[in-house]
Order: sequence, then structure tokens, then C-alpha cells
Amino acid sequence: MRISRRSFLQVASLSGGGMFLGLYTAGKAGAQPPAGQGQLQPNAFIKIAPDGTVTILSRNPEIGQGVITMLPMLIAEELDVDWKHVKVEQADFDEQKYGLQTTGGSRAAPNNWLPMQQVGAAARQMLIAAAAATWGVSASECYAQNGRVYHRPTDRSLGYGELASKAATMPVPDLKTVKLKSPESYTIIGRWTPGVAVPDIVTGKPIYGIDLELPGMLCAAYEKCPVFGGRPVSANLDEIKQMPGVRHAFIVDHPVEVGPVMRGDPGLEPGVAIVADTWHQADAARKKLRVQWDEGPAAKQNSEDFTQRARELAQKTAQRTLRLDGNVDVAFSSAAHVLEAEYSYPFLSHAALEPRNCTAHYQDGKLEIWSNTQQPKRGRDLVAKILNIAPENISIHLLRAGGSFGRGLTNDYMVEVAYIAKQVGVPVKLLWSREDDMMHDYYRPAGFHFLKAGVDQSGKLIAWRNHFISFGDGDTYAPAAGISPGEFPAGFVPNFAFYSSVMPLMLKTGALRAPGHNAYAFVFQSFIDELAHAAGKDPVEFRLQLLRQAGSDLVPLPGEGGRPGETYDAGRMRGVIEMVAEKSGWGKRQLPEGTAIGIAFHHSFLGYFAHVAEVTVGPNKAIKVNHVWVCGDVGSQIVNPSGAIAQVQGGVIDGLSELMAQEITLKQGRVVQTNYHQFPLLRFRNAPKVDVFFLKTNHPPTGLGEPAVPPLLPAVSNAIFAATGERVRTLPLSKSGFTWM
Amino acid sequence: MAIQLTVNGRPVSIQSPGDTKLLWVIREELKLHGTKYGCGIGECGACTVHFNGQPIRSCSIPVSAVANGKITTIEGLSPDGTHPLQLAWREVDVPQCGYCQAGQIMSAAALLAKYPNPTDEQIDDAMNGNLCRCGTYIRIREAIHKAASMHAAAALK
Repeated sequence: MRISRRSFLQVASLSGGGMFLGLYTAGKAGAQPPAGQGQLQPNAFIKIAPDGTVTILSRNPEIGQGVITMLPMLIAEELDVDWKHVKVEQADFDEQKYGLQTTGGSRAAPNNWLPMQQVGAAARQMLIAAAAATWGVSASECYAQNGRVYHRPTDRSLGYGELASKAATMPVPDLKTVKLKSPESYTIIGRWTPGVAVPDIVTGKPIYGIDLELPGMLCAAYEKCPVFGGRPVSANLDEIKQMPGVRHAFIVDHPVEVGPVMRGDPGLEPGVAIVADTWHQADAARKKLRVQWDEGPAAKQNSEDFTQRARELAQKTAQRTLRLDGNVDVAFSSAAHVLEAEYSYPFLSHAALEPRNCTAHYQDGKLEIWSNTQQPKRGRDLVAKILNIAPENISIHLLRAGGSFGRGLTNDYMVEVAYIAKQVGVPVKLLWSREDDMMHDYYRPAGFHFLKAGVDQSGKLIAWRNHFISFGDGDTYAPAAGISPGEFPAGFVPNFAFYSSVMPLMLKTGALRAPGHNAYAFVFQSFIDELAHAAGKDPVEFRLQLLRQAGSDLVPLPGEGGRPGETYDAGRMRGVIEMVAEKSGWGKRQLPEGTAIGIAFHHSFLGYFAHVAEVTVGPNKAIKVNHVWVCGDVGSQIVNPSGAIAQVQGGVIDGLSELMAQEITLKQGRVVQTNYHQFPLLRFRNAPKVDVFFLKTNHPPTGLGEPAVPPLLPAVSNAIFAATGERVRTLPLSKSGFTWM
Repeated sequence: MAIQLTVNGRPVSIQSPGDTKLLWVIREELKLHGTKYGCGIGECGACTVHFNGQPIRSCSIPVSAVANGKITTIEGLSPDGTHPLQLAWREVDVPQCGYCQAGQIMSAAALLAKYPNPTDEQIDDAMNGNLCRCGTYIRIREAIHKAASMHAAAALK
């Protein structure tokens, strides 16, 4: 992890005494230390009050991934304060002050690991300098511990609170010279640390977006056409306005473009707004609402047609060639075993438990927003564009999200409430019903893979061809519907052909936790399993051999969006496979009839993960996942073991939900599934035992929100094959008649 | 005539119409926001509260159906957040996003009131109606066992 050379530290005195320290990254124009805050982006900051209270702000949106605990731990470690006495606050959205404020891509750990520690270390150094100046001694005779600076020779000490005002006047150390602790001396990093919000959560404090109350606030419901982009022609608004508590009811006739590929943010979708004193009144009025819709072109879409169209496209010359190595056709003719298979997976909804909501107040040309978005900047810019309000006149407070999983990356709810708030002029909280949330999502795109592969006499995978059928238009994939040309096993198979073709889709799509990877890990790790069995090889041995086939352990991955690519480290992957095989007793345990284990691995979001699942299949295809072993390599240090293990446990449960029964389908343009009874989450009794192991390697720490999800699905379906001989190639399992035991 | 309830030990007179779902009376009239809206159809359990000690899904029950009853929400589970389940939830660090946890804790509290030292099967039965999208089930089970042992330890004192 590198720190830009244009990073500087800046201090400022807090009004009323105390100290404020931030790490600033100069904007493109400036290579000089900051003169003022205006042009600069602080990446973190801390406050020390005269009474010694240390407050650390967390800039990233908190959606349940534990970042509000993890980021402040990094600062507190180097600051040398007692974690018990640290207060943590969620920063409001303010890029001028805090820099990038987004949650996604499992980036919190890699992006913040060094900078946050440097902030803490620089503050400690300045506090030591302040104490040394106070005592008239050399700073080298002083040290910091638990919120105090000590003078070693005389055993004098001063608290951080006493030193803070003076520390703010000390020279700011150069980031490059700030000395960081060695990992052996960590007292906070690496320690099991419960989430800072847990005391509020277990006592029911109002900390989520949905809980916000403002004086004079009204509540809104917003009815959209069940078909994406459909427009309201007329509605019984006069009747609705007579309903109890209803203050406003109006049509929002704001068209969105319904084309062959949807953009990331289509804008303000048309609908009917009902604003009432309480949400249950708005919702009750909505149940009487009758709207005549112009459904538009998306009403022609049906899920079965996508499957049929994908099969047609697979027979044709591919629209695009993503990668070609060697000659697959020649290799197929010489292979000892050749397999062909069609794999597919459905659209998925995010289904976070807190339905989307957002609050806004428009007053005197300014808009104030309270949101649990993952990308406040993108939301602010969308609102600014649609409502023609200058971005500087829009402020956003960040509130905790009751789950998000990528849903909050887009901001349709924000622009809806902003529009409504501008109409009514008082604070308005918009709350979507569960049905709104499920029927108007940015769905994980469905996809189809038409695969053919060959293995030689020795069991080596020598040829691999994939025609990936996805959604898009020409050279543009629908959001989150693309794939990297370097996706495994690219680079490991001498004869490799990777093609793609797309079909139009008039539906919003977007990132769902471990986007892309959550789907194609199932495809590739299942097909590799088929090949292992066809070659008569042990599935672990076959995989380890495949990971030695590249010639080098460091396989370059293509970059995206102009960024340099990363490197696939086959050695790290073999490391986690070997570890999970050992921990699970792979090949060494006697299992009863109907019980078997399966393995899968996957690299995503800089993490290397391998999972083994033990599954029992009973009569009528009822399955029980008994035990899952997960081994991950996310670098040299786990910052918070509690949060890290929680992300893996949650990733396993999430994967099981997706695997068994989740599927969003379209009928005449409408999403069929409306609530959890049709889009089931895993329930309590079906949760397996999960053992989590981290293989620490000498690499910078990376994130955990996503990479533990993808291998779960194929590990379980590979175990089902081992137990029954039935290979599942279509998700979810329920389509093949499986249920939970 | 207004519906009378006892909520977290205090008598309240409800202004909302009798067909209003209890969840919205709790959240919007009484301004107790710990009880959560998740699905509105009794599928997820985020809205779980106690009615005369029994766990109910407040999103699906009209307030008239619990008239004159005793309602306990997460805010009333203990005066100072020290119910054994609240302590165990903190120690085990159960929540991720935390949105479902009030409902989880209320279901678990009703379980412990009935079975102070529940078996895994009893925990399965009591908790199967509460969804957690983040996947904290493994820690919920651990925390319930921990709370049960705290209960037992307290009883021995």
C-alpha cells in the first residue's frame, strides 16, 4: 500500500481548546502542503478535547461490515490510547474534509490500513513534542502510553487532554518519517473488539435511517409502475387526498430512458407520491390508490425468453472475443476427456432487512439529506442533476444502514425523496415497503455460460472454452453484467478461448456483495470439479495441479477502467487450499452414506479463499450443510478478529441463501417475487457450523466484506455431487428439487 | 374510546384507529424505534415484541387485538440494558448491521423465560422465525447459551 507523495498532515486548533489532526491528500493541482482546507481531502481525523476525551471519526458509510469499529482501531493503536475511552462518530458526507467516502469493493482495509495508522502515529508524535516542550526536555526521553506522555528519567507525565492545545501548535511530522509500531507491540490491532454500536443496537436506540425523526416531518410512500420505467397516466388523487392524515398526493411524471441497456442511475423514476402525517397513513392511503399506467416497452420481458435467447446466442458466432490462448479446437481433439456443460444463474435482489428509506428537507434553495447510502457523492450528484440544485447546496448526513450488500451504491430513493421534499417544503421521510424494495431493485444480473473443456491422459487441464451470455447492448454490458477477461482459469490453461455475447435488458442491474464473483465462482469451480471427477483425480489434487500450470505463480490480471491490473498469486491460493484441506480432514475422514464433502476456491477483491463443505443429502433431496471450513488469505494482519470472522460467517450464510432458493423472475416485465416468502433467506435452523481460519502471509491487509462469499456455493454443490452423483448446473438448487432438511 | 395498553410497564392511551398495526403504533405514535419494520407480513421477525410475555409479530397484528394487554419492546426489556441477553449479545459481538437484533433478542427473551437453559432444538424452534440477512445465527446461538449460563450463575448467588 502506497501513500501518495502528495499527502500531508495538517493540524488545527479546535475552538475551545484541543486538537484536530487529519491526513490530507492534496488535490491534483497542489503539490504544496495545504494552506487551507478548501482544496484538500483529509483522509481521516481525530479530536482530542481538553478533558482528554478522544473522538475518532469514521468516514466510510457503515452498512454492517464493521468499518465504524475497524477504521478507528487503526488510529487508536498508533495514538496509544485506551480503546475503552475512545469515542467513535460517523462523519457526515463532506469530501472537502474527509476525502473519499464510499463503501464498496472490500476496499476499507486496503485503502485505510497505512494512512489511518500514520494519522495516529503523527498525533502521538506531536503530543510527545508538546510534552517535551512543556518540560524543556528532549522528545527522545519521552514516550506515550494509554493517553498520557511520560518523561522516562523523571517519571513525570501529562495527559493528552492537557497537551492537546499545545500539540496543535507543534510542527506537523512528514508522513514518510512517522514511525509506526511493529506488529508485536500492537495492543488494539489484532484484538477481538466488539462493534462500537452494539450497546445501542441491543437496547433499541434509533440509529438507522428508518428511525430518523425531525420536527414537523411528514412521511411519504411512493408508488412506481411494477414495470420498470412505466409512467402514470392518471390516478384517483382526489380520493387519496381525503384519506386520514394525507397532506399531499401527486404524480411525478419524470421520464426515464428505457433502452436496451440501463445506465447505472436512470434518474428519477416516475410514480405517485403520497405524503401523510405518518407512514402507516401514507401506506394505508396507497392501498386505495388506483393508477392507470403506461407500462412502456419493458412490459414485454419474460424470464423464460432470456433463457431461450441465451441458447440461441450460444449457437452463433460470439459477439466478442475476450481472450484467446493457444488453440482449443486442436487441444480438444487430443484430449483424453472432453466435457461440455451449460451453467446459469438467476437475477437476485439485495433484500437487506431495512427497506430503502431516505429523509430530506428543502428550504431556501438548500437541500439537507439524511441517508444510509453507500455512495453519498454519487447520490448528491444525481440529485443535483435531476433537481437542478448546485452540489454545494446539498448536504448529506450519513446514518447506519440495516444491511445494504451493494444496494446503497445507487441512490434512486434519495432522488425520489429529494423531489418530494422540494414539492412540500417540510422535512419528509420516504420509506419503501418491502414490496417496493424487492420489486424495484438494481438486481444481480442473471448469466449463462456455455463451457467446453479437455483434460489430457495425465489429468492436466489443457483446453477451456467459455461463451458467456450476458446482458447489454453492443460493447456495453449492463451494470455488473460484465466479466474480466482474466477471470480464473485464464492464464492457467494453455489453450483458452473466452467469448461473450449480450442481449438487451430493460431492468436495473447492479452490484450485489462480491458482484460477478458470487455467480461465476459457482460456474467455474463446479465445472472444474466435473473435470476432476472425469479425469479420475481427487478434487483437491486436481485444483492444486491446475494452480501450478501457469509457469509462474504470479499471473498478471488485466486492469479495468485504465487502472493497472492486479496479480493472481497462485501460491497464496494453494496455501489456503492446503490449509482448508488439512483443517477439514480432506480425504481422511470416514463419512456415512449420503454425506460427502466438496471443495472450491476463488480469488476476489484481493482475497484468496478456499471452502470445504460437508453436506448430508436425505430422502426427497433434502439437504443439510453440516459444517463449512473456510480458509482465507487477506494478508499479514487481521485488524479486528471479531469483525473479520463475522464477515466470513455471514458470507457463508449469505451464500447458502443464494444457493438454495433465491431467484428473481420477470413476467410481463414485472418482478414476480414481492417479499421474503418468495425470496427466502436462510433460516436459523439451517445454519451450519462454520470454522474460519486466516492464513497470514507477508502481504498488505485486504478486505473481507466480499471474498468469503463466492466459494461457498460451489463447495456445497460439489459436495452434493460427491454425495449423490447429481451435478447441479443451474441456480438456485430449488429448481432441481432440493430443499433444506 | 381509545385503546388502553401497558407498554414497557407504563399505561398508554392509543390515539390511532384500532385497525392500525401494532408495529406502527409503537414506532409512529409511541416513538419507540427499536422495533423494526422488515417485511410487513410476519415473515422476518424484525418487529417481534412481547404481548403478555408471548413473542408476537407486531407488523401483522392490529392494535385492537392487544387492547388492555402488556406490551414489552426492546426498550423495556431491562431498565439499563443489562438483561443477560443484552450482555451476552455484547460479549459475543452478535450484531453486524444490527437491524434484526431487537427482534432476535425479544424472541430469545421469550424462549429463556420459558426454558432457562434451552437445548439447541428449543433454540432452533424459537429463533427460526427471525431472519438475519447478515448471517449472525451462529453467534445468536452462542449468545443465547451464554445468557442462559449467566442466568444460572446469577440464580446461584
